Amino acid sequence: MSFDNLTANWSKLRIKRPKIDQYKEAPYKWAMVIDLDACTGCNACTTACYAENNLPVVGKDRFLAGHQMHWIRIERYWGEGSKHTHEFPEKGAQFLPMMCQQCEAAPCEIVCPVGATHHTPDGLNSQVYNRCVGSRYCSANCPYKVRYFNWYNYPETSWPNPLEQQLNPDVTVRTKGVMEKCTFCVQRLNDAKSKARTEGRTVRDGEVLTACAQACPSSAIHFGNLADPSSTVAKMWMAQQVELADFPQKKDEQREQDEKLAKNDAVVRGYRIFEDLRTFPSVVYLERIRSSEV
Amino acid sequence: MTNPHDETEIEAERRFVPKPKDIDSDIAWAEINADVMRSLERPRPLFWFIFFGSLALFLWGCYCEVIQYRTGLGIAAMENPHVWGLYIATFIFWIGMSHSGTLLSAILHIMHADWRKPIYRFAEAMTTFSLMTAGLFVLVHLGRIWQFYYVVAYPNERWAWPNFSSPLVWDATAIGSYLTTSVIFLYFGMIPDLAICRDEAHGIRRLFYRAMSVGWMGTDRQWSNFRITYLTIGCLLIPLAVSVHSIVATDFAVSQQPGWHTTSFPPYFVAGALYSGCAAIITLFIILRYTFRFEQYMTIPILEKLCKLTFAISMVWTYLNFIEYASVWYGTDQYAKNALIYRATGTYAGFWWAMNILGSIVPFALTFKALRTHIPTMMVVSLLLNLGMWIERFMIVTPTFAHGYYPWMWTDWWWPNYIQVGIILGSFGWFTMLFMLFCKIFPSVSMYEVKEMVYHRRLSKKHRAAHAPAQPLAPQPQQEAT
Repeated sequence: MSFDNLTANWSKLRIKRPKIDQYKEAPYKWAMVIDLDACTGCNACTTACYAENNLPVVGKDRFLAGHQMHWIRIERYWGEGSKHTHEFPEKGAQFLPMMCQQCEAAPCEIVCPVGATHHTPDGLNSQVYNRCVGSRYCSANCPYKVRYFNWYNYPETSWPNPLEQQLNPDVTVRTKGVMEKCTFCVQRLNDAKSKARTEGRTVRDGEVLTACAQACPSSAIHFGNLADPSSTVAKMWMAQQVELADFPQKKDEQREQDEKLAKNDAVVRGYRIFEDLRTFPSVVYLERIRSSEV
Repeated sequence: MTNPHDETEIEAERRFVPKPKDIDSDIAWAEINADVMRSLERPRPLFWFIFFGSLALFLWGCYCEVIQYRTGLGIAAMENPHVWGLYIATFIFWIGMSHSGTLLSAILHIMHADWRKPIYRFAEAMTTFSLMTAGLFVLVHLGRIWQFYYVVAYPNERWAWPNFSSPLVWDATAIGSYLTTSVIFLYFGMIPDLAICRDEAHGIRRLFYRAMSVGWMGTDRQWSNFRITYLTIGCLLIPLAVSVHSIVATDFAVSQQPGWHTTSFPPYFVAGALYSGCAAIITLFIILRYTFRFEQYMTIPILEKLCKLTFAISMVWTYLNFIEYASVWYGTDQYAKNALIYRATGTYAGFWWAMNILGSIVPFALTFKALRTHIPTMMVVSLLLNLGMWIERFMIVTPTFAHGYYPWMWTDWWWPNYIQVGIILGSFGWFTMLFMLFCKIFPSVSMYEVKEMVYHRRLSKKHRAAHAPAQPLAPQPQQEAT
């Protein structure tokens, strides 16, 4: 760095703060809709994610010690009325697939001391492994706790020869001491985008799917481009009356104002987790309304 | 001479409050020199015991750190969601310890509290060393310690700057400037004493002290420059000290987690810092008093004043602690309220109550003169207060991880293993080792300021003898009969 640069170009030092809708004109805004009614808790998404994103299998002991590395996890909840017995403790569980919510105003981005996690123009919350120093502040500030830290040097142990042959060549293998999380399969997105760019168009709906959405046998996970109003995901967001950058959501306000709308609850069942924290997640969950068990 | 019938003079005499005897007025100046210089020579067995004990602890900490460095942080029992463990809690603890030195040497200097003079030097050294220890914790805590310089804002070829909105970057900057200023302040205040060492020492030590005392001759011009510069650095240090711990508090206050997202954290942290620092000064006061036979300088009246100061700060801390609870309790943030209830009744409830009892109730022992002047009791009380303050930091960090926003990640119990505990004990060893080395190399009692104190005491004695009324007009306290 020359002295001239240092004195002349101070505007370069400014880092743009993540802001809602700062990339409003961008052609892509990747988003998801997860239908909890359809989710059977089969864990196929988790398995697909392990295969796609080179996640290390840490083993039972380390898993129990809290060193698990699953970017998407299936959470089980038992409600008040669930018929759960000692004989079949898993019976009556409700499932919730949880991955990085790719928040538009992400708490993790503000606190990272080195800017290793930042917002991309297509609405992703990206993680730069090479820049990460491992302060774990992002994980501390994440309300969803979906960030996973490399507590050990997994590339040394997780894929003994010849298992390293099955690693996905498009995805970096992470070393110890860096944070990682769901990327919405950014390698697939970039692949599709560059292919579309060569053909002089934008990515078509359904042309690219994340590994979890692709593997889901009951099609509970929908993935697409929210900036394209004709895409499935955009239509679903619209049908569920979820607005990306609104707080509070209009549907919730209306529901309070107009009791008549309450009968529409069966249809409008989209919500985002911790809406009141105003992280503006890119993942909409559809409430489970069926009463029968899977 | 005084006219004993002058009404104003009589009134002035009546209102004369006898000053407690901080230090004897009949200590010869050569005796002060000899006493302090003796502390630099021929270590006593107690010194070697403390030094090698702390060295052993430090080496054990190094061993644990090597294991952690080679294996990864998982070996230190950190996990999801307990990603910070004890390191950050201990980091805040050490940053807090560093505030008392500034309080004694800079704030009380500006306020002309003369009783600080025999004890501020080691408090200032404590500031420096505890800041160094805190800095080590930032490094130990990082997952990729070999790339810690990414956090520092320095011009580099890749135009890759740290994220200036992150409190960790503020931390790195604030701690760096505070440490630099503290070291300068410590060294600068020592120059006249180093000149005394130079005059008394022989051989290679003389060369060392000659280089360190940078040609101090004690001329009027030097003294005048010295006073002005010392005051200037002191004034610069006070806002730095306050800002450092406020910034450490923003590590939590800026984040979003329940139990951390509290506006009152910066003053709360500063009060806690001064509190634990004063308690640590009492501990070190007693250790130095016995290790180096400084009974004549580190006197009981000074200890008493230190205790009163600690009590006052403990009450400030209690108040701020209470308003933090109150503002959460009467606030509308349900998550924060749940976090507070979890702290008081959850799995860490024992620590929470211990923190409140040790931090707010134990200091009432300092209000009794019999306890204040009883040295073994004060040793125990000061250690208890510091234990309470360490638990306070632990209670800030850990329960929020255990019981944050997301119910799926709630964990009932988390406890560190030998690696984390070893590194923390190692940090105490490292601090004590540096401190003991400092006391052997540099005069840990400020000679020239103790002389000032003795001189002022002689002056006031003379003054009182000259101005004493022929007959006492009001019943005077016993010790005033001269």
